[in-house]
Amino acid sequence: MHPLPFSLQLLNACAALLLLLSFAMLSQRRTVNLVNLLAVQGSLLVIATLIVAWRTGQPHLYVSALLTLALKVFALPMLLHRLIRRLNVWWDTEPVINPSGTMLIGLLVVVFSFGLAQPISAVADTAIRSTLGIAIAVILLSFLAMITRRKAMSQVVAFLSMENGLFFGAMSATYGMPMVVELGVALDVLVAMLVLGVFFFQIREQFDSLDLYHLESLKERD
Amino acid sequence: MTPLAATTQLLEIVGAALAAPAFLGWVNQCRAWLQNRRAPSLMQPYRGLRKLLNKDAILATNASPLFRAAPYVVFATMLVAAAIIPSMGTGLPMSTAADGIALVGLLATARVFLSLAAMDVGTAFGTLGARREMMVGFLAEPALLMVLFVAAMLSRTTSLPLIAETLAGQAPALYPSLAFTAVAFLLVMLAENARLPIDNPATHLELTMIHEAMILEYSARHLALMEWAAALKLFNYACIGFALFVPWGAGNEASGPIGLLLAVPLLAIKLAIAGAALALLEILSAKLRVFRAPEFLATAFLLAVLGLLVHLLLET
Amino acid sequence: MAVSFSSLQVCLALLAAWLVVGFAGLLRPRSIRFAGRTLFPLGALCGAALATVAGLSLGAAPESRVLELGLPGLPMHMRLDALSAVFLVLLGAASTAISVFSAGYFRKGEGTLPGLLCLEYHVFLAAMGFVLLADDAYSFMVAWESMALSSYFLVTTQHRIEEIRRAGFLYLLVAHVGALSILLGFGVLQGGSWQFTFDAMRAAHLDATWASIAFGLALFGFGAKAGLVPLHVWLPEAHPAAPSPVSALMSGVMLKTAVYGFLRVTFDLIGLQLWWWGLVALGVGLFTAFYGVIFAAVQTDMKRLLAWSSIENLGIAFAGIGLAIIFRGSGLGHLAVLALVATLYHCLNHAMMKSLLFLGTGSVLHATGERNLGRLGGLIHRMPWVAWMTLIGALAIAGLPPLNGFVSEWLLLQAFLFAGDVPHPFASMLLPAGAAIVALCAALAGYVMVKFYGVVFLGQPREASLSTARDAGFAERVGLGLLALGCVLLGLFPALIVPVLDGAVAGLLHVPTSRWGGPWWLLAPERARHATYGPPALCLLLVVAVVLSIYGLRLVYHRTVRRGPAWDCGHARSDARMQDTAEGFGQPIRHMFEPFFEMTRKLPSPSDPTPTYAVTVGDRAWKLLYLPIATAVHAVANAVAWLQQGRISTYLMYSFATLILLLAFVL
Repeated sequence: MHPLPFSLQLLNACAALLLLLSFAMLSQRRTVNLVNLLAVQGSLLVIATLIVAWRTGQPHLYVSALLTLALKVFALPMLLHRLIRRLNVWWDTEPVINPSGTMLIGLLVVVFSFGLAQPISAVADTAIRSTLGIAIAVILLSFLAMITRRKAMSQVVAFLSMENGLFFGAMSATYGMPMVVELGVALDVLVAMLVLGVFFFQIREQFDSLDLYHLESLKERD
Repeated sequence: MTPLAATTQLLEIVGAALAAPAFLGWVNQCRAWLQNRRAPSLMQPYRGLRKLLNKDAILATNASPLFRAAPYVVFATMLVAAAIIPSMGTGLPMSTAADGIALVGLLATARVFLSLAAMDVGTAFGTLGARREMMVGFLAEPALLMVLFVAAMLSRTTSLPLIAETLAGQAPALYPSLAFTAVAFLLVMLAENARLPIDNPATHLELTMIHEAMILEYSARHLALMEWAAALKLFNYACIGFALFVPWGAGNEASGPIGLLLAVPLLAIKLAIAGAALALLEILSAKLRVFRAPEFLATAFLLAVLGLLVHLLLET
Repeated sequence: MAVSFSSLQVCLALLAAWLVVGFAGLLRPRSIRFAGRTLFPLGALCGAALATVAGLSLGAAPESRVLELGLPGLPMHMRLDALSAVFLVLLGAASTAISVFSAGYFRKGEGTLPGLLCLEYHVFLAAMGFVLLADDAYSFMVAWESMALSSYFLVTTQHRIEEIRRAGFLYLLVAHVGALSILLGFGVLQGGSWQFTFDAMRAAHLDATWASIAFGLALFGFGAKAGLVPLHVWLPEAHPAAPSPVSALMSGVMLKTAVYGFLRVTFDLIGLQLWWWGLVALGVGLFTAFYGVIFAAVQTDMKRLLAWSSIENLGIAFAGIGLAIIFRGSGLGHLAVLALVATLYHCLNHAMMKSLLFLGTGSVLHATGERNLGRLGGLIHRMPWVAWMTLIGALAIAGLPPLNGFVSEWLLLQAFLFAGDVPHPFASMLLPAGAAIVALCAALAGYVMVKFYGVVFLGQPREASLSTARDAGFAERVGLGLLALGCVLLGLFPALIVPVLDGAVAGLLHVPTSRWGGPWWLLAPERARHATYGPPALCLLLVVAVVLSIYGLRLVYHRTVRRGPAWDCGHARSDARMQDTAEGFGQPIRHMFEPFFEMTRKLPSPSDPTPTYAVTVGDRAWKLLYLPIATAVHAVANAVAWLQQGRISTYLMYSFATLILLLAFVL
């Protein structure tokens, strides 16, 4: 019943696991675990990139995989871990707003994105038939995670996971962005990360907490 | 009905009934090892049953016939469930009478009778346990059903032996949806069998217990049946898991008596690994507050539904 | 006898016989003996005959006839086809048992005189029969309204109680709003021919817009009768107010006429079906089912709990219809048959089990005078008959094999299993998720039933007065027994009943009948290949397993059984108040689905010497929908009120002005 070649099955499995990770992130309460999940997400991305590279034989995808490995599996999580250590938010938990409800909304988001991707994948190559829907879902789910989080740290993690989703989508739909764009994005993310790190320290100095709830006091009118 | 099918069927029922306490014993043994304790013997559950069968039964003064009947009904339901789950062979004549959906219904029957019996004497603990059991059950049941649904969609049938046969017979393929449902199934299995993050089988702490609270008023043979039924339930769940996620190795008509003969040790190996994994999982997790249990189960339910969606997207 | 009667004639005669029996009650209006010993058993006989005749007519071709009754030039058209026959069987079978029960139920001094009650009751029955047979809009509406009116009077049997009058009024109001919508729907359906017979409507050709409007009006109108959210508010009020046999009839049978009407209009009268209608019906149905069951779980009044459970079940039925429309509209006729068979089976099941439960609560109510779950308990010792019969009903409605509730659940889930085949992008994803909601509702129904049964019949009696409760009388036991038997038979032999329903449905959908494979003991839908369910075999297996475990245990166990006080973990004192209450049992649901409930809590202060805790759960529909409407109506009424000047001459002036205006029009 499955006419798909093994590499595609593997790609599909990667995609499904990415989706599973997104849900895990949505329901995770501990910041440290969130960062670890992000690292796992990054390594899945590496595997997926390698599969596509091997399938299509495009050498620049290998480079891209290497870049992802360096940046998303090692550099960013390490940076985040250091931040956590320095800010001492190791065991920081946060009240997730009714995880079951959030996951239910997440489920609807998944249905929406699968439906959205269906007409596109109908006209596309088999390789991306299904992964595009998942990529959209991962992006939207990360967005959802950003909305439901209050701690700055978790928001940044969700933001990075959104970027991962975007990358996955680009990779599966068009076999990766041009190298220049990819390098640019990678640098952007790195820089954004560094800026956010500085930002964290500033917020904490100002409010003694990383709770973004405090930012509400910055508004002009009551 | 061929002789082979009849043998398989009989072997499944008797085997399940006899091996179930040993499986429970194995899980306890592994757990004790992992906790650096000296482990009780594999035979310990059997000794427990024998001890209970040598005692006088005491019934509460206001226990109704329903209370006395419940252990038999629960035990019988678990036996019938064992008869339709393909653990050693897939040629199960009895499974025509009940498919996967009916299996979920059977498990629900057992749960309802157990809860009703717990409410019968009218003690605080009994009713509390019944309420909690139903709370766990109403989320676990649809989750299990959805897990079976995904498998049924993959194999276009709801009959458990056929599902196992189809999944085992296909060219090895990665089914992402099964990854989701496997996680969901694991969560359901832990919750439904009163295992660790939801209930602690080792304690009698009033505030945390579910299953133990329900069978507090039972003694002697009734208690023995209830304990045995609980062991059977765990065994059954493990076998459902095998049928859906590692279906290889079950004997069928094609493989003949030798296949069946080989399936027995294979099942033992599967059970040994599953038991050890279960014990490990229990060691690693801490008991959840009761109020967090619905969240845990809702996660299982949503994962199963997600598995369904992923199946529809990726595998059709 | 040389003269042979057609089934339709016999059915009509039996309905007329019901009317006669009803009017006979007026002969001796005050005699409870006459009504109970003579009239209600006669009514039950008519019911049994009706069920038999309708059942026998099931395979036959539809027949119709014109009755020259009523207004001149407006004869009543009657028609008996397979769909009507299925529902007539339902009506006849359920009413037989309920009438037998009623023969022993009604007592002196309960509001309306027994003779009058007998009249209302039988007119209600006959009106439901005419609804099922009507073949033109005129007689349908007459029957529909007589049904509503007679049941209104039955609901307000104890009309001296203010609360019951209010419940009755609410019921009448919603019934009329619904009827208005149905009437408008018929107006659309005639499609410009101004012929109001159903035949003309079948022939009329509607475009998609008008057909959709007609569908919407039908959904609204019949949904109001079926209690679809948000039109469900009357149900939890009216059912507890009515005497129990009437609640049983209303819940078990009358709600099904709404299903019948909806099926008739959607599949028979409207020529085309658009698949997205099904999505609407499915969505409303599933939401209703979920909403109904979570509210049932938090109720503290046993009849109100059952009423909410009825809402759930009707929601499931409408979800099944919605699924059928989706399949039909997508050209998957055979799957539509499966979904509709599941729906009809569910209707039959619900008629049996819900009537059984309502009658059981009636017996409890009579024996104890209590409807509040917080004051019941332990009745299995005092009322074993009622308790065991009710147990069958409770297990059936909880959807447990091998009883009947499970059969329809099984069929519906089988239909859902193929919903991924629907060729519409979003729908093919959403539909299988619908199965998840059905499964969730079924599991929650189990929760509700454990609560209902456990609190009422098990445990220790919560009030001292319960120790004097006595079991139901003979007639009541027979009534309960018949319904319990119905539950068991429907549960055990679906393979005999399903092909019959299949024939009815296939005729309605104009698709060839499906072959249901398998012998008499095995339910095997041909499409759902390799899906089989054999309840007799399963039941036999269970019985054998129980017997084996009893006797097997006896071989090794030689000890005695003693009685002693409950152990309760060694707690010295344990009284009835320490058991879980109905509120307590519903607490997890209240906690989990909090956004759905309108809760008011009364928490004691820490310094209170006599602390009390109270929580009431209300329905958000009131605040969100009905209060704004009521306020708006009030505002309009106030605005119009200035017309009322109080002077005769002003009023005369109004008439004068109207007259002039009309004459000017004529000019």
